[in-house]
Amino acid sequence: MPTPDYDPKQVALLDPSELEAARDAGLAALGAAATLDELALAKTAHLGDRAHVSLANREIAALPPAAKGDAGKRVNAVRRALQEAFDARREALELERDARVLVEERLDVSLLPGLVPAGARHPLTTLQERIADVFVSMGWEVAEGPEVEHEWFNFDALNMPADHPAREMQDTLWLAPEGSGLVMRTQTSPVQIRSLLERGLPCYVVAPGRVFRNDALDATHSPVFGQVEGLCVDEGITMAHLRGTLDHFAQAMFGEGLRTRLRPSYFPFTEPSAELDLQCFRCRGASAEPGAEACRVCSSEGWIEWGGCGMVNPAVLRACGVDPDRWSGFAFGMGLDRTLMFRHDITDIRDLYEGDQRFTLALGTEA
Amino acid sequence: MRVPLSWLRSLVPGLTAGVEQVAEALVRAGLEVELVHRYGHDVEGVVVGRVLDVEELTGHKKRIRYCHVDVGARVHEVVCGAINFVPGDLVPFARPGALLPGGFRIAARQTYGRVSDGMICSEAELGLADDSAGILVLPPDSPVGTDVVELLGLRDEVLDIAVTPDRGYALSVRGVAREVATAFDLPLHDPGLLAAPTTSGGHTVTLPDPGCDRYVARTVEGLDPSAPSPAWLTRRLTLAGMRPISLAVDVTNHVMLELGQPLHAFDLDALQGSVVVRRAVAGERLTTLDGQDRALDPDDLLITDDRGPIALAGVMGGAETEVSAATTRVLLESAHFAPSSITRTARRHRLPSEASKRFERGVDPDLAAAAAEAAVRLLVELGGATSGPGTDVDQRVPRGPIALPVAHPGRVAGVEYPRETVVRRLEQVGCVIAGEEPLQVTPPSWRPDLTGPAELVEEVIRLEGYDTVPVVLPVAPAGRGLTPAQRLRRTAGRALAASGLVEVVTPPFVSPHALEVLGQGHHEAPALQNPLSEEEGLLRPSLLPGLLQALQRNVGRGLHDVALYEAGSVFRGRGSPAADVPGTDVRPTADQLAALDAALPLQPRLAGLVLAGRRRGRPVEVGDAVEALLALAGSMGLELTVATGDVAPYHPGRCARLLLDGTEVGTAGELHPRVVASLDLPPRAVAAEVDLDALVTAAVAAGPARAPHVSPYPPSSVDVALVVAEQVLAADVQRTLARSAGELLEHLALFDVFTGPQVGPGRKSLAYTLRFRAPDRTLTDAEVLAARDGAVAAAAQEHGAVLRGA
Repeated sequence: MPTPDYDPKQVALLDPSELEAARDAGLAALGAAATLDELALAKTAHLGDRAHVSLANREIAALPPAAKGDAGKRVNAVRRALQEAFDARREALELERDARVLVEERLDVSLLPGLVPAGARHPLTTLQERIADVFVSMGWEVAEGPEVEHEWFNFDALNMPADHPAREMQDTLWLAPEGSGLVMRTQTSPVQIRSLLERGLPCYVVAPGRVFRNDALDATHSPVFGQVEGLCVDEGITMAHLRGTLDHFAQAMFGEGLRTRLRPSYFPFTEPSAELDLQCFRCRGASAEPGAEACRVCSSEGWIEWGGCGMVNPAVLRACGVDPDRWSGFAFGMGLDRTLMFRHDITDIRDLYEGDQRFTLALGTEA
Repeated sequence: MRVPLSWLRSLVPGLTAGVEQVAEALVRAGLEVELVHRYGHDVEGVVVGRVLDVEELTGHKKRIRYCHVDVGARVHEVVCGAINFVPGDLVPFARPGALLPGGFRIAARQTYGRVSDGMICSEAELGLADDSAGILVLPPDSPVGTDVVELLGLRDEVLDIAVTPDRGYALSVRGVAREVATAFDLPLHDPGLLAAPTTSGGHTVTLPDPGCDRYVARTVEGLDPSAPSPAWLTRRLTLAGMRPISLAVDVTNHVMLELGQPLHAFDLDALQGSVVVRRAVAGERLTTLDGQDRALDPDDLLITDDRGPIALAGVMGGAETEVSAATTRVLLESAHFAPSSITRTARRHRLPSEASKRFERGVDPDLAAAAAEAAVRLLVELGGATSGPGTDVDQRVPRGPIALPVAHPGRVAGVEYPRETVVRRLEQVGCVIAGEEPLQVTPPSWRPDLTGPAELVEEVIRLEGYDTVPVVLPVAPAGRGLTPAQRLRRTAGRALAASGLVEVVTPPFVSPHALEVLGQGHHEAPALQNPLSEEEGLLRPSLLPGLLQALQRNVGRGLHDVALYEAGSVFRGRGSPAADVPGTDVRPTADQLAALDAALPLQPRLAGLVLAGRRRGRPVEVGDAVEALLALAGSMGLELTVATGDVAPYHPGRCARLLLDGTEVGTAGELHPRVVASLDLPPRAVAAEVDLDALVTAAVAAGPARAPHVSPYPPSSVDVALVVAEQVLAADVQRTLARSAGELLEHLALFDVFTGPQVGPGRKSLAYTLRFRAPDRTLTDAEVLAARDGAVAAAAQEHGAVLRGA
């Protein structure tokens, strides 16, 4: 119940200088709190129920109405100043605490649990996929054929009849018994025949795979090696298209601007036939100039032997029931092992086939 | 084919280009120059000198002479240890500053108390021979002061050319010279144009077999068997890679190298009666020049006389009629044989010879008479012989012209060649051209490989240069990308690698022993007729032998934790031989193609893996192998079930079978201790193998995965621990729980396996967590407990499981 003759200046708790002193003491205590616990104590002392400002607030109710407004403003200003000081101090102390905890929780991030072993795919596998992707992106498809093949596919249909000296160019592994007519395919070219017979025309296929020769294993020869075959048969296909495809393939595999070179050669299944050279991707031919720095990749030749190619021999088309007067095409083949060897500086082909896991792990990336 | 540059120059007299340019031109024309050998380039400053006087120096351990040598410009004094010369002799003299092989530079020096101002050289010192008895005394007509290397023709380059099977003509200096003449646009001095005298009254020759369509026989009498081959002849043969033997043999070899026509010289006195070229009769035998007594095949083409076989036609002569050191009368054979017949005989008797190499690739049939004449002239000139009568039996069928549309070469190359270009290029090859359109092209006699328009097209483009063909990328019709099977095989490889396995690629050859050790029969493995090694004569029916070998190698190299996989074909069984092998003129019939495929063994693609050492901080166990296969199948959207198995080469108690919809597709296990012991593998190694083709086929058939209904309502989980007998498979219990927990079950996982006194002997506790969720509401506790009880009851009934703590 308000007392009409009550003089607020007579109430000590509301005395402005008392309030100012309480505010200053509170601000000092809150600012001096060094920990969150000390801060909590200071808050109880200066903002709690028994704090000066809280007690003063309660006295306002007893003031005459005319004095209430003025006293209320003063008390509230003090309370607000203390609350702001508390909030600022708490935020500062919490930040300090958080930073300290994060420092204390520091770990050696190079210590690994080591429970998940690394695996990898073989570089011959990833190379085959890379090549397939280059051709698939051009609309070609990936064809396949068996590794044990009938000689009709491996030789006869490729214009290599039984007595043809070209059969001697490849040391063939034959399956027993004598006269079985079965070979370990000596080349991926029989896939050309299967593709023409099974897929119809036009035919744009690439066929990576393993081939076999009766060759002793040494640093540069393996009886088992990888090849990739390409075949394009369509209307109006010319040798210019062969060159265009090879240049594109070479650049997709080894870098922009690289060129290829064709040298006349002989394969029974192509006519004209050519050996395919790739401009050295390391020195780009510079090492072949007189006085230039030697190049390990191409032995300073400027070119690397990469494979063979040519225009599909009409005899091959006829064996597959394709009319050579209407359709023409080109084919090419290159060694995957060789491609890998010069891409990755592999000096011994045996590394590819011995199965040492250190080798595959080092080359197992898919880039 | 080794071609000395000097020999080439003798046939292309205008050739001034150096050996590098010649090699480059040949490569561009399609003759692969593999190597260029250089001879005599490391000798300089050696000239012809005349020995003026000789003074013997005494008081030394060996004979030493002090001479004066006149080289024209001045007289040198020289000390020399050789004694095989007298004053007046002409000798090779290395002046001060001269260079000898090996970079040995001559300088004036003080020796034996005299000044030695040069060196008198032996053949060995000039790099002409491996050793020599004394110094080289030169012919008396050698001009004093001239360069010895040039005088003797020692300086030369040899082009080593790899000749492809279609270019038989390039197995001769004449053939290579023709390409050189074309490349440099120079006239060719063609030794094949040598006019032979008309022959008559010679040895009787009959050709009853079409395998020989021309046979020229020339007789030579009064040959001096002791006449040596002159230096130029032996030098040419040596440079070309042949060993000089005797004048008669050297002359035939020289003609063969120059013209490409193999000749054979018979000792005429050893011949009886007329020469007949025919096939062998069963039972006939012949002892060839190499001393081998050979049983002849009825397909072998023979040269015979009245007594029987005297030579394997075009391959090797017989010993009985061989020219010997006493031969004075010679019958020279210059013949043309069918290439395929020679190929078969040479291959059958494993007798690749210089002659067969040429006949197989086709010899110019026009050459027979000129080649025989060239040989006769040399024997007359060098061996003191006289030319006797000759025979020329010519039964050749003339070759018809090939019709070639003028635009055809351009259509193949993708360029337009003017008519003049096409005609000029074909004429350079030696073709005779008639007609307007199409051209009627008759190829030259030395190009039997030019059989159709395609071959003529190659000649035009090749001589124009492949580098003049434009570069155009063809536009393929829109493709379908990789097939689902091809994509799935990539996925499979990635899944295996993601399981921590390292891919290997091993050769497919295995030994019967390797299969026996693994307890796998080898009757199923196809055998090779000519294996790389006697032991590894079979094709792998399984990936394990190769993988285990790779494991051994890794362990042998000090790697202990090894995890390998391979994905590839294996080979099983034998097909039925195709009775009817199709020709190549038309497309084979469907039946013929089916028969070819039926002749092949089965070649399924498998994935195999092997693990040894530690993994995930503990020794590898069979579960690692099983898990890898489950992950592999899972990557393809397939779920395999695991059952116990007992198959080789696995531990009978640690072997799993992997089933896909009830059909076995793979096995896994710890290797049997006996296998581990006999292959010296790390103990407890595990392996697995799965039929990749079967997985791919199933995954393709399954089609795209169906999306689940993803419920937004809260889940409710309960754990159960079930005690079962030890031999009960955890996988079986889990399958039962999954099947019986009802539709509300969302997830089920084994989280603990426990054995010990609490669960009793011979028993194990399996703890599972089951997560339930409804698609359309929040589950009540009653619903969840009912579902759990149903699952536990089924496990109790099917596996004798007891709920632990119940």
